[in-house]
Amino acid sequence: MTLPTSTQTTMKYVRITATYAFLIIGAILMFFPFYWMITGSFKSYQEIIANPILWVPSTFSLANYVEALNIAPFDIYFRNTAIVSLVNSVLTLFTTILAAFAFSQFTFKGRDLLFSLLLATLMIPGELLIITNYSTVVELGRWNRQLLELLPFLPDGAGRVFGIDTYSALIIPFIASIFYIYLLRQFFNQIPRQLYLAAKVDGCSDWKYMWTIMVPNSINALITIGLFNFIASWNAYIWPLLVTNSVERRVLSIGLRYFTGEAGSDFHLLMAAGTVVVMPLLIIYLFTRRFIIAGVARSGIKG
Amino acid sequence: MVGLSKRKQYTQAFLYLFPAIFLIGLWVIYPVFGTIRMSFFEEWNIFTREGTGFGLSNYIEVWNDDLFRRGVVNTIIYTFWVVPVSIIISLFIAALLNSKLQGMKIFESIFFLPYITNIIAIGLAFRFIFHSSYGVLNYILGSIGIDPIVWLNDPEWALTTLIIFGIWAGLAFKIVIFMAGLQGIDPQYYQAAKIDGANRLTTFFRITLPLLAPIVAYITVISMIGSLKVYTEIIGLFGGTLAGPANTALSIVFYVYQKFYQESLPAVASAAAVLLFVFILVITVLQLAINKRRVVS
Repeated sequence: MTLPTSTQTTMKYVRITATYAFLIIGAILMFFPFYWMITGSFKSYQEIIANPILWVPSTFSLANYVEALNIAPFDIYFRNTAIVSLVNSVLTLFTTILAAFAFSQFTFKGRDLLFSLLLATLMIPGELLIITNYSTVVELGRWNRQLLELLPFLPDGAGRVFGIDTYSALIIPFIASIFYIYLLRQFFNQIPRQLYLAAKVDGCSDWKYMWTIMVPNSINALITIGLFNFIASWNAYIWPLLVTNSVERRVLSIGLRYFTGEAGSDFHLLMAAGTVVVMPLLIIYLFTRRFIIAGVARSGIKG
Repeated sequence: MVGLSKRKQYTQAFLYLFPAIFLIGLWVIYPVFGTIRMSFFEEWNIFTREGTGFGLSNYIEVWNDDLFRRGVVNTIIYTFWVVPVSIIISLFIAALLNSKLQGMKIFESIFFLPYITNIIAIGLAFRFIFHSSYGVLNYILGSIGIDPIVWLNDPEWALTTLIIFGIWAGLAFKIVIFMAGLQGIDPQYYQAAKIDGANRLTTFFRITLPLLAPIVAYITVISMIGSLKVYTEIIGLFGGTLAGPANTALSIVFYVYQKFYQESLPAVASAAAVLLFVFILVITVLQLAINKRRVVS
C-alpha cells in the first residue's frame, strides 16, 4: 500500500467506503425478501428444500404460477383488486377536489371550524370504525333488497349493488378522506387568489374555474393522492376480509390468505402467489417513485 | 365571494362539500358513536342492530380475559422494541443517504420498497426465510455454527420474529421522513461547525439531532400509534386464524378482530376497540406533552 498524500484524503476515502459499505449491506437486507420471493417462485419443490441452498433458480419456469392459478382463481382476485383500486382512486379524487376547492376558495361562516372538526377525526383509529361499518353495509344491503321488492321492474342485478359481497362495499367507505382534502387544499391555497377573482369578473363559473385552472395546476398533488389511494386499496386486508364471502368478490389479499391455508407450506406456490400480489405495485412504483417518495416526505403519510 | 348573496354562498359550499362530508359522517363519525354504544350492550346482534343488557359487562369481561392481557403485554413489548430500534436504524440510514454521494437515489428507492408492499404477501417471503428446516436464515446461522432456531412455531421465539419483521416493515417510512428533515437543515450550521473544527460525530449530536428533534418527536408518535395497532404483520407471518403458536404473538387489534370475526362477539370486540382507542389517546397526549417540553427547553 502506498503512503497517502495526506491523512485528510485517506479519511475521506475511508468515510466514503464506509458509507457505501453500510448502504449496500442495508440495501441487501431490505431487498432480500423480494429477491427470495421472486426467485422462489421459479424454483421447483425440490429446489426449495434443497440443501445446500440454491441462491439462483436453475430455470425461469412459470410452472408454479400455472399451478397456483389452477388451485385458486387468482385471475378473478386480480380483476377485482384492479377494479376496486381504480374506481376507489377515481372517486376519491373527485370528492377530494370538490371539498378542497370549497375549503380553499369559498368564504362562508363556520368554514374553518368545520375544517378543524373534520381534521380531528384523523385521530380516530380505523379499528374502532370497522365493527359499526360492517353493520352499516349489512343494513344497506337490506335496504337495497327492499327497494328491489318495491320496484320489481328493475333488473335482477340492481338488488346486489349494496351490501355484503358487493364492489360498492369494498369501495364507498374509502372514497372520502379528510387527509387528502387537507393536502390538496394546501396546493389550492398556493394558487393566487387574484386569479380566481379575475376569472369571476370575466364571468367564469366556479365549476369551470376549478376544472380548467385549479386541477391542471395541481396535477402533481392529484397524481400523488391517486397513487396513495391506489396503493392503500391494493394492500387493504381486514375490511375486504369482513365484507366479502364469495370467491367472486374476493381481492388478492384475501385470496392469498385462503390460498395460504390450501397450499400449506408449498413455498414454491406461495412465492408465486405472493409475487402476483406484489409485482403490479412494484412496476407502478418503478415509474412513479418520484411522486410517491416526494408525497411521503411532504405530507408524512403513514402507509 | 364576489356578488353572491349569503344564501347562495351556503348553497354552493354545501353542494361542493356534500359528497365528502356525507361520506365522512357515515363511515367515520357515526361509527365512533355506534361502536362506543355497542360496547355497552351485553349482547348485540349485528344483523338486527338490537342489544340487550346495558352496562359495563363487556369491559369487565375483556379486562379479566387473560388473552386480552396477553395482547396488551405483547403489544407493549412489540412497541418497546420496534419504535426505538427502527428510529435509530432509519436515522442512521437517512444520514448516510444524505451524504450526497453518487447513486443515493437508487439506494433510496430500494429502502423505500417495503412502504408500497403488501405486508401479507411479503410476510410469506419472511415465512420462507424464517422456516426452521429450509429457511435461508437458519442456513446462514448454521454456517457460522448456530443451531437452527424455530422462529415461527416456538412460543419462545414467535414474538421476537414478529418484532424483526415489524422493524423491517417500518423503516421505509421513517427513512424518507428523516431525509426530508435532514435536507431541511440550513447548511450554514454545518459550515459554522466546520470552522469551529467540530468532527462529524460532534456535529451530528450537537447540531443535526437537536435540529431534528421535532421530526423525531413526530415519528415517535406516529410510529407508536402504528405499533400499538400491529395486526397485518401478524397475519403475514402466522396466517389468519391464530397469532403464532397457541396465540403467543397475539396483539390487541388481533384480539379485537378475533372476537369480532371468528367468535362473532361484536359487543366484546367493540369494548376492546374502545379500550385500545383510549390507550392510544392517553399515550399520544402524554407523549406530545413530553415532547413539547423537550423541544421547547
